[in-house]
Amino acid sequence: MIWTSSLPPFIPFFIAALLMLITRGHLRNVILLATPVLGGLHLWLDVQPFVPMVASDALITAKELSYQKSIFNYQLEFMRVDKLSLLFGYLFHIASFISIIYALHVRDTTQQVASLFYAGSALGAVFAGDLITLFIFWEGLALSSVFLIWARRTEQAIKTGTRYLVFQVMSGVLLLAGALIHYHQTGSTDFNFIGIESTAGWLILIAFGIKAAFPFLHSWLTEGYPEGTPTGTVFLSAFTTKVAVYALARGYPGTDLLVYVGAAMTCFPIFYAVIENDLRRVLAYSMINQVGFMVCGIGIGTALALNGAVAHAFNDVIFKGLLFMSMGAVLYRVGNINGSDLGGLYKSMPKTAMLCIVGAASISAFPLFSGFVSKSMVMAAMLQEGHNYLWLMLLFASAGVFHHAGIKIPYFAFFHHDSGIRVKEAPTNMLVAMSISAVLCVFIGTQPQYLYALLPWKVEYWPYDMTHVLAQLQILFFSALAFVWLNKQGLYPPELRSVNIDVEWTYRKLIPATARASYNLSQRFNCAVIDVVQQSWQGFQSAFRASRLSQYHLASSWPTGSMVLWIGVILGGYLLMDIYF
Amino acid sequence: MSNKMNDEKTYLFDNPRNVSRLLLGFYIICGGLFVADFVVHRHMVHPWEGFPGFYAIYGFVACVLLVVIAKEMRKVLMREEGYYDVKEEDYDLDE
Repeated sequence: MIWTSSLPPFIPFFIAALLMLITRGHLRNVILLATPVLGGLHLWLDVQPFVPMVASDALITAKELSYQKSIFNYQLEFMRVDKLSLLFGYLFHIASFISIIYALHVRDTTQQVASLFYAGSALGAVFAGDLITLFIFWEGLALSSVFLIWARRTEQAIKTGTRYLVFQVMSGVLLLAGALIHYHQTGSTDFNFIGIESTAGWLILIAFGIKAAFPFLHSWLTEGYPEGTPTGTVFLSAFTTKVAVYALARGYPGTDLLVYVGAAMTCFPIFYAVIENDLRRVLAYSMINQVGFMVCGIGIGTALALNGAVAHAFNDVIFKGLLFMSMGAVLYRVGNINGSDLGGLYKSMPKTAMLCIVGAASISAFPLFSGFVSKSMVMAAMLQEGHNYLWLMLLFASAGVFHHAGIKIPYFAFFHHDSGIRVKEAPTNMLVAMSISAVLCVFIGTQPQYLYALLPWKVEYWPYDMTHVLAQLQILFFSALAFVWLNKQGLYPPELRSVNIDVEWTYRKLIPATARASYNLSQRFNCAVIDVVQQSWQGFQSAFRASRLSQYHLASSWPTGSMVLWIGVILGGYLLMDIYF
Repeated sequence: MSNKMNDEKTYLFDNPRNVSRLLLGFYIICGGLFVADFVVHRHMVHPWEGFPGFYAIYGFVACVLLVVIAKEMRKVLMREEGYYDVKEEDYDLDE
């Protein structure tokens, strides 16, 4: 059947989201689990890209398969299939399957509907062939994901969610504005290479940049993700930033600016991550750092670098999801995720601890784990293109990742001093979800050829050679040595109950305080002016009363009638003067 | 909580000997990796990589710098928990 082979992958998710409203219990769980499995199988078996992607700096896309729908005479293209969109399509099916298992114990219709709409929107966005379709799903991502934060139903979560939504909607508005200008200039809304030569290009870049958490546009992520529900944050970590990475890879490959933006993204969050107490916020910072590597790869724009960027996005969804799942499990059992209050949990949650370590090893790019086989592509491309100093920054960031995500997360949660907290091991469904992720991390790390075969661009690369493995082991082990040494010397900053101010300070403190101060200032000014006017008026009145003029009969009282009469007299006088002189 | 602790079995890292064994193993691996630079023939893409122990030294120094700078940043950035929770009146100039 022809229509099945071009069924857009978001449709099953949206239908399942609606079915959530009329089902419950086991049937609902079956639908939840079946949606990503059947959708993924359909994508894997029935959908093939017709034209392989050509290894070049700009993307050449294949649009053989397309599913179009017209609204108001406008063609929406829902199904643009090439190796790039397919890779993210597979990824999002895997990620939603794992996240759904992880959240299977949740009895909250809001979250289940929101997460299915969210995953569906992500799929819709990566298969969108034109900018308007992209915009629709871009806003779908924003509107559905915010419910995963609001679902925590605390006052703080509701406020944070609202700020998150403002950022997301702003990104959508910029995207729409950019798309319309782009259409005006080029006469087409096709979503292919955009570049930064035009105003439209800049607007769309900023729209993508907000979702990719570019520096100064990142605070929605570091504020929002730690506020999500334990299971909701796992969904959040999988989709929004990765859709942005996809969009950047599609629209801005080889844009030089992105190399610098990406390098900044890898470096600045790791400082915050070292001193942050909320372990899920540490992971949020570390997510910006990982997206930085991808943005660097997209900026370099060679086949190797682009492959590295999207491969790293693939791996990151799985290992960062695993880390968020392990922290979510701790939050679920302990009710708290502050490094200062945890410790010694390996005693009561040994399986979660082990799985967390697998995630930590993967994000740190240990050989035989998934991060190694993808991050090294970006690093190698960086050197090939002669960005020596940026390469040093990335190397610094790699050591830093290991430091905060690889060591700090498992160490302060599961080891460190015993906090005395004794809880049950994570629920079975959580352990199953984490185990699937962990197996994938090791499988991709040891058998990278299967992932490499899915990559969009044709390039020969093999990560495992003596030099490379040795270099990576050296940098990791000596980073760990620094951690051990600093701890022994007592130099390592203790986990403290605190918040660290970041960009959100400008809109949570500076702008409200400035607004309030200027309001107060204008109020005072207003009072002062009123005082001056009133006093001088009163002074004038008393001076007038004291003078002999007040004795004059017109001054004693001022009835309106006599006022009108005298005005009439004056105007009449003017009239006469005008006529006769 | 202390009663509960006494009833418990001793876990792996409750015994300080296990911790020091782990650390000893770790130090040996570190030493081995450092020495490997002089033994293994490496093919270099970049001249900096040829400096013996480049990655080891870079990793160590990077992490120490990272932590030292982050600690200094705390002096500027760190606020008490609930810093953002203040009511609107708290920063009202008139109060």
